[in-house]
Amino acid sequence: MTTTPTRRTAHAAKEAPMQAPKRSAQRTIHGSPWIAAAFAAPLMIYLIAFYAYPLIRSIDLSVHDYNIRAFVQGDAEFVGLANYIDVVQSNLFPQALWNTFLFVGVSIVFQYAIGLALAVFFRHNFRLSSLLRALFLVPWLLPLIVSASTWAWMMNSDSGIINSFLGAVGLDPVNWITSPDTALLSVIIANIWLGIPFNLVILYSGLQNIPDEVYEAAALDGAGAWKTFWRITFPLLRPVSAITILLGLVYTLKVVDIVWIMTKGGPANSSLTLAVWSYREAFGTGQPAFSPASAIGNLLIVIALVFGLFYIRLQRREEH
Amino acid sequence: MLRTHAGASKRATWWKTVLGLVFTALMLFPVYWMVNVSLTPRSDLRKNPPDLFPVSPTLEGYEAVVDQQLPALGISLLVGLGCVVVTVALAAPAGYAIALLRLRGGKALNFILLVAQMIPAVVMAMGFYAIYVRLGLLNSIWGLILADSTIAVPFGVLLFTAFMSGIPRELLQAARMDGASAWRTFLSVVMPISRNSVLTVSLFAFLWAWSDFVFASTLARNADVVPVTLSIYAYIGNNTTQWNAIMATAVVASIPAAVLLVFAQRYVAAGVTAGAVKD
Repeated sequence: MTTTPTRRTAHAAKEAPMQAPKRSAQRTIHGSPWIAAAFAAPLMIYLIAFYAYPLIRSIDLSVHDYNIRAFVQGDAEFVGLANYIDVVQSNLFPQALWNTFLFVGVSIVFQYAIGLALAVFFRHNFRLSSLLRALFLVPWLLPLIVSASTWAWMMNSDSGIINSFLGAVGLDPVNWITSPDTALLSVIIANIWLGIPFNLVILYSGLQNIPDEVYEAAALDGAGAWKTFWRITFPLLRPVSAITILLGLVYTLKVVDIVWIMTKGGPANSSLTLAVWSYREAFGTGQPAFSPASAIGNLLIVIALVFGLFYIRLQRREEH
Repeated sequence: MLRTHAGASKRATWWKTVLGLVFTALMLFPVYWMVNVSLTPRSDLRKNPPDLFPVSPTLEGYEAVVDQQLPALGISLLVGLGCVVVTVALAAPAGYAIALLRLRGGKALNFILLVAQMIPAVVMAMGFYAIYVRLGLLNSIWGLILADSTIAVPFGVLLFTAFMSGIPRELLQAARMDGASAWRTFLSVVMPISRNSVLTVSLFAFLWAWSDFVFASTLARNADVVPVTLSIYAYIGNNTTQWNAIMATAVVASIPAAVLLVFAQRYVAAGVTAGAVKD
């Protein structure tokens, strides 16, 4: 497919070696816009087949009443927005929304605060600093199933290391993931741990872009470390911080695996977030209910996009 | 004067190293614990308090991995490699078109890719499931490769575009003067220069496919195609007494991450930041 247009350019280049007007040479290196389109065509087809079409399919699922039989035969009844109304009016909706809010909010606040503290700590090189910084990436690189199962075992009520540590300092054991009071907290703790590396890396690279002169000037003025942080580092880092937090929001909203593997959203829905709820309706029980599941999922997309568009706007502004 | 100053600052960084070691140890404690449990004999697993070190290390967990997990590891390897090929083959030419051939609508495409990364995997999984049921792609390696590649392709295009935008135009002009076609220029000029980007994208595409749980657990629900993530998940569900075997599998499943960190550390940090901040 690409050979025809490329050969033609080769010809054109041979025929008119030096005559190419300067203006067009600046605009494109290789002649016609069709060549550019040819190089991007596989991606375009891919995006339509593997992004747009599944997405349309999921919207289609959410406005029909699909059960397994209708799924295979394709004769589900059109119900309009009934699935969305059912979801929003369901008893679970306020709880899932609140859990999502807590899961995302608490995770982001701690990931960001710890990530920023570590980034400031690592700002000046010291012996082993780059090695240690690299090791901090480990939680981010591990497969989620690995992290989730390790945390689940560490938080095990009877044999977990966390409870035996609590016992050693004279505290009562906690039924971390088996009690409705602490299940959400447990997955939040694991999720904070997972998100620290991402925050550290981005905030660290943001810190590298703050010129040393600014700090030197502050030191000459006699500003202490605390004052320097609040008067210089934090304000100058604000654009990068905003990007980090918004990206974290979008990513955390759609988290399924860590929660599903540790608690399945339970006990008694105490750690059920919107994303996990959607997953559970569709794939988590013996009875797949794709229609409500995709309705929840599409609501989630809308929420994610609101934050996502903020992020894109900010990033654009950063580039200019 | 100068010497005391240097001495003082050296002492200050020495403290920082110690503090850094403490932070890192705290952060990596779960990883250490995974390794420790993987080496603990089954009879000691329920010991209270648990042993902080592998007092009597055993390889029985790892024997279970060799006995039971090799097919799963093989499938994950295949899916990961397939994903690398699909991702680079799609993303590199597209990045070239956007960055160097000034693709019309390139800005819009970039925007679409950013938005695409924000769609929750669970929504995509339902769409894929609905399509795969009809096409008979459920429980197939190809089905998994295609689904998993959606995690990496947008990232790949954005990274290639960012890198290729920095390639000096003179280089391409020179290739054109020599009579090289756009395709030739792509293969023999642009791709060799972009080696590091190819490596970064490949590493992430592999790691994300290898680590994927959501697509695997929805699109490969039969026992035919079981990648290692699902295999660990099934383990947790089936027997909770063999935690040393579960943790041993987890250690083995972490090998790609470790390899990545040792051999390609700077690309990892570059990859994380490329997605978020442009400097």
